[in-house]
Amino acid sequence: MTSTSLDRTVEAGKPAAKRKNFSMDRRPGFLTYGLLIAFFLGSTYPLWYSMVIGSNTGAVFASTYPPLLPGGSFWTNAAEVFHTIDFWGALGNSILVSSVITISVVAFSTLAGYAFAKLRFRGRQGLLVFVIATLAVPTQLGIIPLFMVMKEFGWTGSLGAVMVPTLVTAFGVFFMRQYLVDVVPDELIEAARIDGASMIGTFWHVGVPAARPAMAILALFTFMTAWTDYLWPMLVAPQNPTLQVALSQLQSARYVDYTIVMSGALMATIPLLLLFIVAGKQLVSGIMAGAVKG
Amino acid sequence: MSILTNNASGTPGAAAPTGEQPPGKRHRRADPAAGKKTRRRQRWGRLDFKYSPYLYVSPFFILFALVGLFPLVYTFVVSINDWDLLGGAGDWVGLENYAAELSSPLFWNSLFNTFSIFLLSAIPQLLVATFIAAMLDQNIRAKTFWRMSVLIPYVVTPVAVTLIFSSAFDEKYGLINNLLQVINIDPVAWKSEVLPSHLAIATMVNWRWTGYNALILLAAMQAVPRELHESAALDGAGSMRRFFSITLPSIRPTMIFVIITATIGGLQIFTEPKLFNASSSVPGGPEREYQTTVLYLWDLAFNRGDFGRASAVAWMLFLIIIVIGLINFVLSGSIASASEGGSRKRRRAQRLAHRNAVRQAKAKVASKGERLTDAAASPKDGDSHD
Repeated sequence: MTSTSLDRTVEAGKPAAKRKNFSMDRRPGFLTYGLLIAFFLGSTYPLWYSMVIGSNTGAVFASTYPPLLPGGSFWTNAAEVFHTIDFWGALGNSILVSSVITISVVAFSTLAGYAFAKLRFRGRQGLLVFVIATLAVPTQLGIIPLFMVMKEFGWTGSLGAVMVPTLVTAFGVFFMRQYLVDVVPDELIEAARIDGASMIGTFWHVGVPAARPAMAILALFTFMTAWTDYLWPMLVAPQNPTLQVALSQLQSARYVDYTIVMSGALMATIPLLLLFIVAGKQLVSGIMAGAVKG
Repeated sequence: MSILTNNASGTPGAAAPTGEQPPGKRHRRADPAAGKKTRRRQRWGRLDFKYSPYLYVSPFFILFALVGLFPLVYTFVVSINDWDLLGGAGDWVGLENYAAELSSPLFWNSLFNTFSIFLLSAIPQLLVATFIAAMLDQNIRAKTFWRMSVLIPYVVTPVAVTLIFSSAFDEKYGLINNLLQVINIDPVAWKSEVLPSHLAIATMVNWRWTGYNALILLAAMQAVPRELHESAALDGAGSMRRFFSITLPSIRPTMIFVIITATIGGLQIFTEPKLFNASSSVPGGPEREYQTTVLYLWDLAFNRGDFGRASAVAWMLFLIIIVIGLINFVLSGSIASASEGGSRKRRRAQRLAHRNAVRQAKAKVASKGERLTDAAASPKDGDSHD
């Protein structure tokens, strides 16, 4: 009797049986799906509710038994939304602001992240630590001087003032750096340099193509963050509102008509829902990748 | 040295021995005919090599200095002056604004509300997110669908979330009070009492962020090595036991990451309390029941025009967030080292358990089919006879 042969017997015979019983491979039972469905319903019900209220009349909203199905008044309510706020203008503003911020953040973050990940220069480590430290700094608390500066320059009310504070983010730089540090082999950059490429040429032909997947994810999240921002746009440019600011103005009246507010909230959610349908998978993988790396 | 190299392979057109030559040397192999031009290009190349990195990182640092760092520092300058929205810089008052705020019940009220809402949202959120992540971590069908489904609330903006929930929590006609009435419970004053309003606002935060955090925790759970689970299962640990003894300790760093980001965000909550109750003329409820600190700061600065005191509030909140961040950092450091020790112990235990299991299995097999294994034994194995 030999130990090695026994080992082999164990390996050959046991694992197959063991694997079958191993719970990580087994399909979970109904309980799991039941819980996931419950969570799914909880996640979507508020949207459904806004659709139900937004498409009914005020009388239905006030009735004791809440309605379960959408009614036929959505277009009436929507017309009232368009009457109360400049919905399309605000939508255009939001698209413009979010796009400019996204392009700026992605461009500058990729450039800086590439330098931190792949180029050698004096002070690199210290500067990177600085970037990481600023990740935890709540810059939102600087709104008072920012507002004063915008006022001094006469920028208040302009979309430029809305964009300026978020044109770069420490998160973006750190995110790109973390991605590029593994993805681009140093030899590739060395080779490009030996072939006589300039630094910016190397960045453009080696760094950017490699960074593209991370750039897409960063763009997605930057766009969403810019789109959802409320405090700063409300403060600095209320007369030139983004969609969030305009939406909040729907209920600033003395009397709040929830049917109109709900239809407005629903319409304002549609653009990001469309984005979610197109890029939801990327959002999920972006969050999950950020968790492991960050 | 470089002259030597030049002489050795200096003739133009000589094939460059690509493998052996160190990269820097090739630039020096100047073609005499090209002369000046090459030298200029070399100098340019050196400058390019040396200074380009600074050029690449500078946009971030310049912009950050202008829109991130300067405002924070300048907030402090404003806070030690009697600054007014209309009048501009007033007299230097030292720390008077801080003293005034520290003795103001409104400031403490706002801090209490902020922390209360934060705790009511962070704790349930973390528990539910961990639970959902554990559900998603199983071998479920349609993985992508379920992962995407938990993220739906994240695409609804905080303003829209607040409007929707503000309707559901309406005291007279809202969905929730209607449902409570149906089951014979008295309606709750969601928008004018302290605890109910905090619960309502925490609900909004939880609804939007739980799925997002579940995905972060799910990623951490999936990074746990499968062998850990397998060997524990071999020792007879059920899935519950493995969740508490393997999964939870392994995802602790990610949990701390989630807690830190939730703290930084949660202590700056503004949109939800601002828009929760449009009919209240005081921001944050008729009696400031849910006036959070950033809302208080905003009211102080832009409704009452007292920039000096608002800046003092901003700086104190800034310090609180930094201190909590540092505490988290230190705590996570000590937890990490403690759990490292723990995991070392655990690994040893696992190794031991694994060896035991193998020995038992051997014994079992040996007693059952000794003849079979003997027959299967190859001559090579002869050395290791006991």
